Amino acid sequence: MDASVQNEIRAFVIQNFLFGQGAQLADDESFLEAGIIDSTGVLELVGFLETTYGIAVADEDLVPANLDSVARVARFVERKRNEQGSRVAG
Amino acid sequence: MQVERFLEDSARLTPEKVALVCGDSRLTYSEIDRAANRLARGLIGAGVGRGDRVAIYLENSAEAVLGIFAALKAGAVFMVVNPTTKADKLAFILNNSKAAALITDTRRRAVVAEIADRTPHTGIIVMAGRAGDVAAGGKRVLQLDELLRQSVDDGKPANPSIDIDLAALIYTSGSTGTPKGVMLTHLNIVSAATSITTYLENVEDDVILNVLPLSFDYGLYQVLMAFKAGARLVLERSFTYPHAVLETVVAEHVTGFPIVPTISALLLQIDLRKYDLSHLRYITNTAAALPTKHILDLRSLLPHVKLFSMYGLTECKRVSYLPPDQIDIRPTSVGRGMPNEEVYIVDEQGNRLASGVGELVIRGANVMKGYWELPEETTRKLRPGPLPGENVLYSGDLFRVDEEGYLYFLGRKDDIIKTRGEKVSPREIENVLYELAGVAEAAVVGVPDPVLGQAVKAVLTLRDGVSLTEQDVLRHCSQRLENFMVPKLVEFRAIMPKTTTGKIDKKTLHMTAVI
Repeated sequence: MDASVQNEIRAFVIQNFLFGQGAQLADDESFLEAGIIDSTGVLELVGFLETTYGIAVADEDLVPANLDSVARVARFVERKRNEQGSRVAG
Repeated sequence: MQVERFLEDSARLTPEKVALVCGDSRLTYSEIDRAANRLARGLIGAGVGRGDRVAIYLENSAEAVLGIFAALKAGAVFMVVNPTTKADKLAFILNNSKAAALITDTRRRAVVAEIADRTPHTGIIVMAGRAGDVAAGGKRVLQLDELLRQSVDDGKPANPSIDIDLAALIYTSGSTGTPKGVMLTHLNIVSAATSITTYLENVEDDVILNVLPLSFDYGLYQVLMAFKAGARLVLERSFTYPHAVLETVVAEHVTGFPIVPTISALLLQIDLRKYDLSHLRYITNTAAALPTKHILDLRSLLPHVKLFSMYGLTECKRVSYLPPDQIDIRPTSVGRGMPNEEVYIVDEQGNRLASGVGELVIRGANVMKGYWELPEETTRKLRPGPLPGENVLYSGDLFRVDEEGYLYFLGRKDDIIKTRGEKVSPREIENVLYELAGVAEAAVVGVPDPVLGQAVKAVLTLRDGVSLTEQDVLRHCSQRLENFMVPKLVEFRAIMPKTTTGKIDKKTLHMTAVI
C-alpha cells in the first residue's frame, strides 16, 4: 500500500475531525466506533478523496468497508486508482 | 398503563417474533423481555428502587434498549444520555438528576473513571462489552454479561409504580445554557405514543428503521412505538454511511423511515431509484421544517410513500402532524394537533385566538410534569389550563393558523439553534468558549446550511496579544461538547457588534455572519 496516501488521509482526518489531536488514532480504528465521523463528515472525506486523488466515489462506495478507518480509506483509494488506471490504459 | 407493557404485551402475544435488528443480532420479543427482566433484577439487587434515575450512556444498541426497559421494570426512571457527551456534562447530568446507576460500556470507561470521584450519587455502574477493570472510585461495578446469563432469574420483578410515576427524564438544551431534565410520566409517554401510532397507522407488520440517537426523543420513541405496535425495529447506529443504511432498508423490507432534514438532504444526493423501496410505507420528518424542495423531490421520487411533516417539543413529545393527503396542498404547514390532544394559539396576554399569529399552546395527557428541580422554569412553561389542577404547555414558538386550522411555524421566541434537528443552546457553547484562555468575547449564532438546517457558528474576539487558530477553538470545543454542538464555523473579529446597552448584538451578527 502507498504509505504516503495513508499518511495524507490520516493527516486529513486528524486535521478535520480531531482538530489536531490525533496521536492516539490507530490506522485500523473504526471512525464509527470512535465517534469521529458523522454523515456530513463522510461527505467531507469523500470530497477530499475526489479532489486529492482524482477518483470518482459512487453512492455504492459509501459503506464502512471502504471508509471506516484510515487503513480502509487508503486501500479504497488504491483500489479506485487501479480501476481507473486500468480503464484509461485499456 | 406503564411504558414497559409495550414490551411485555408484545412478548406475550408474539414471543418468537424478531423485535429488534441491530448489527448482526436479531432478538425476539421474548429474548428482549427476559433479558430486560434479568437486568432489572440486577439493578434492584444492587439497590435501585422505585423512582431512582438510571442513566444509559451507550450508542444505539441492543444494550441501550435493554437498559431502558430494565430501568422501567425496576420501577426506575430512565435517562438516555447522548453517547458523545463529554466528562463534565455527563457529571453534570448524573449529579443534577442524582442518578443511582449508570449503564455504559467499556469503550466509555475512561470518561466514567474520570468523573467517578465527583458523581457521589451514582453508586452503581453496569458495564456492557468486554469485561475489564474499571477505576470507578468506590462504585459498585456490575458486568452486563453476567447479569444476562441464562442462570439468572428471568421472571418479571415486582414493580409497585403506577402510571403517574415518572418513567423518563430527557435532558434538553435551554436558553440559559444549562441543560434541563424534562420529566415524563408513564402516562405522558403512553399517551404520546398512542396518539402517534394512531395517525401513523402502525401495525404489527411494520418494520421501522431508526438511525437517530436514542438520546433524542424522536429516536427513543421509535423503539417505544415499534414495541407498542408489536412491530420490528431496525436500529442503526447513525446515518453515517447512507448506502449501507439504504441496503438495510431494502434487505429488511423497512416500512417506516423517520428522518430529519439533514437526512433528506443526504438522501436526495443519492440516486434513490437504484434501491427497491417498494415496501416503504411512510417517511416522517420532524425536529426542523423540511425545505419545500425536499418535499417535492421526495414526493416525485417516492410517490407511493406517505410523507408526514410534523412538529414537536420534548416537553410534550409531539405537537402536530400534517395528514399526508395535505402535503401537496399546503407543503409548508406542520398540520394540526394529534389525536387526543388540543393545540391553539394565544396572544401576548394569553387570550385564545381563532386564527392569525400567536404562541402555540398544547393541552393533553402528553404534556410533561415539568423540569427536574427547576420550579421557576416549569412555571414559565406550564401554566394553569381550563380545569382545576391542569397545566397546559406554552411552547415558546410562534405560529400562524390558517382559516382551516392548519399550523405554520414562524419562529422561536428564544435563540435556540436547530442543527441536524437537534436543539443547541448558544449559551452552552459560549460558556465553553469563554473557558478557552485568550477568548475575550464569544457569541454563537446559527447560520443557514443546506444539509444541517442551521450550522453552529462561533464569532470571537481575542485578548490583546493572543493568537488562537480555528483549530485551537474547535479542539477545545470537541473535548467538551457533544459532537453535534461543536461549531462548524469560527470567525475571529477585531470588534464585536454591541447594542446600546453594551450587550453583544446578535441581530447584527446574524445579518453579517451568514456564510
